[in-house]
Amino acid sequence: MADGATRAPSAVATAAAAGPAQETVRTPRTDPPAGPAAAAARRRGISWRQRLEIAVLVAPALVLMVVFVAWPVLRAVQWSFFTWKGYGPLVDFVGLANYVSILTNDVFHGAVRHNLFVVVASIVLQLPLGLAIALLLNRPMYGQGVLRTIVFVPYVLAEVIAGVVWFQLLQPRYGVIDAWLERFGLSGPAQGWLGTPELALYAVMIVLTWKYLGMAVILMLAGLQGIPHDVTEAAEIDGASWWQTQWRITIPLLGPTMRTWAFLSMIGSLQLFDMVWILTRGGPANATTTMATFLLTEGQRRANYGIASAASVVLFVIALVMALTYQRFILSRDNTVDSPRRGKR
Amino acid sequence: MLLTACGSDAGGNGGSSDGDGVTITWWHNSNNEPGLGYYQQVAEDFMADNPGVTIEISAMQHEDMGTKLDAAMQSGDMPDIFMERGGGEMADKIDAGLIRDLTDDAAETIEKLGGSVAGWTLDGRTYALPFSIGVVGFWYNTALFEEAGITDTPTTMDELFETIDALKAAGIDPISVGAGEGWPAAHYWYYFALRECSEEALNTAVSSLQFDDPCFIRAGEALEELIAAEPFNPGFLSTPAQAGATSASGLLATGKVAMELAGHWEPGVMQGLTDDGQGLGENTGWFPFPTTPTGEGDPTAALGGGDAWALSGDAPDEALEFIEYLLSDEVQQGFAENDMGLPTNPAAVDSISDPALAGLLEVRDSAPYVQLYLDTAFGQAVGGAMNDEIALLFAGQATAQDVVDAIEQAAGTAG
Repeated sequence: MADGATRAPSAVATAAAAGPAQETVRTPRTDPPAGPAAAAARRRGISWRQRLEIAVLVAPALVLMVVFVAWPVLRAVQWSFFTWKGYGPLVDFVGLANYVSILTNDVFHGAVRHNLFVVVASIVLQLPLGLAIALLLNRPMYGQGVLRTIVFVPYVLAEVIAGVVWFQLLQPRYGVIDAWLERFGLSGPAQGWLGTPELALYAVMIVLTWKYLGMAVILMLAGLQGIPHDVTEAAEIDGASWWQTQWRITIPLLGPTMRTWAFLSMIGSLQLFDMVWILTRGGPANATTTMATFLLTEGQRRANYGIASAASVVLFVIALVMALTYQRFILSRDNTVDSPRRGKR
Repeated sequence: MLLTACGSDAGGNGGSSDGDGVTITWWHNSNNEPGLGYYQQVAEDFMADNPGVTIEISAMQHEDMGTKLDAAMQSGDMPDIFMERGGGEMADKIDAGLIRDLTDDAAETIEKLGGSVAGWTLDGRTYALPFSIGVVGFWYNTALFEEAGITDTPTTMDELFETIDALKAAGIDPISVGAGEGWPAAHYWYYFALRECSEEALNTAVSSLQFDDPCFIRAGEALEELIAAEPFNPGFLSTPAQAGATSASGLLATGKVAMELAGHWEPGVMQGLTDDGQGLGENTGWFPFPTTPTGEGDPTAALGGGDAWALSGDAPDEALEFIEYLLSDEVQQGFAENDMGLPTNPAAVDSISDPALAGLLEVRDSAPYVQLYLDTAFGQAVGGAMNDEIALLFAGQATAQDVVDAIEQAAGTAG
């Protein structure tokens, strides 16, 4: 207990210290100018002892990485070229047949489409909502702490528990939502929100938004703390309204946070599995399959490990390409943004 | 594991009577009383009679056992005794050398079980000893049938449609189906195939995976006709099979629907889904799947399946002795008295105490043949593709022809 109590404030202190630290990076005029040269000198001076130290310190992480990341990825690539039932030797080499099979499979096409829908819809829904709530919660108000906690609670809830609760809420006729609708003389769809192929994906999307909005809000709030008060103060002195301050000052300065959040959201959407599996298992009529549910169905339930491996490789490639593209064209702005500004000064 | 390997060597040398230091691992899914305690007692009795033999029991929840068994098969580190459902799934394991051939070593027991072993026999060789085989049919709520003024259970499709209309008129949802999980919906198609197709056509299709006989299209059309009558619970496309009060079994157990197509496990599942642990209690009723007007199949043929004890490829002879003991008159009678399933040993048939299960047993034993669940028979790859396509048919997104095409495509026999 005592240990936890002492640890908590120190974490806050570190977070607070991070703010000013950023400031010094942004105005490096006082930094010693010989940064790179000093680093080079240090590198030359590395002794065997130090190299050993580095090797010993890095090795455990590296071993874990190889055993639990690199090796499984390589095995999946290997399996994707075979027809394999999950046991017995790998003998039935089929070349690219598994890839041809999934790339011509309507269910897999649907899965990719659903993933992309979730990627786009997550950002379109959660970015403005998250930003708006963060800006509101950033204003001094009564019950601010409580409201911040409430917004964040869904994100803290275990995904499976949240999924089961929503599954019951969305049940046709006997679910809470349909019962409420009935009280107002309305009725839900006959097959239920999750049982109607045309509606199921939207229903899942709403649950996902409920679940992950808190994450966007908390990140934006953290970003807002990093924006120095003097900038907004200066704007206010110049006569800018609250709206103008937010629109012209706060939101642009929040850019790096929003771009990082969008990146995390995109990766999460591509890997989407738990919530869909609990709410719909990819159904009804394959209306909510994702790449992850597809590969689980093929692998675990049908024992088509070759096809499942090929699907996992395709998922890996799609995620990698999207992540690298995003880093190259969008996140890179955050890494270079300081230099032109520095030049102007 | 080391001990097991040693035991297997000793067994290979022909000595099965001396079980010095042999440890046998046994996985089963009777993880609730009375089954859990009964199997523990059976193992202890066997160990007392066979000094030196140790039986290590792992009782697991059914789904967990399936997952662990898959992993065990992949790693090769298998339990000596495990549950096997037969059919195409078993054929894959035989190809990989993971199952011991019991034909010669357990000849006596196999003969005693008679036709029951058919689902676990491939090319004249038997690989597992079935201890419980059940059949699928309609479980219904007798109180709700009464409420709707239904006096006789339906025996033909026309009568089933009348029953559905009567229930709807009384404001009762007629049938629940867990189409969200595929297989409960697929059971309808299997049964229509069983009714529409002659035994010969069915056997040819199961072994060749070619579905040229038009009876399979008629089966799909009969199912489409049933779906068009809208007998199913709201949201059936996303309804789970057995998990929770809103699952297909839960809806029947809590009186929200009047009937459900399910196997012999249903009373047990329903008991677990009601607060009083009774399920439908004395309102539990059962009737066989109705006949179709154009059917070529035997009207009393049944769809079913069961569980059998199988041995890993390198299991010791002591393990074989033990599973033969599990199929003995004595153990099977105890199995029946505890209502753990529908025994396969004819000597145990009279020991069953639950009236609903006793009725099922009668249906099973008077059926000219019991067709193994088609997804099990075809194996996971083909069976899974078939079940998914049938679920699409339930959603109105596939035709009778599509189902046949999907099976042949998955099996690589299209054309």
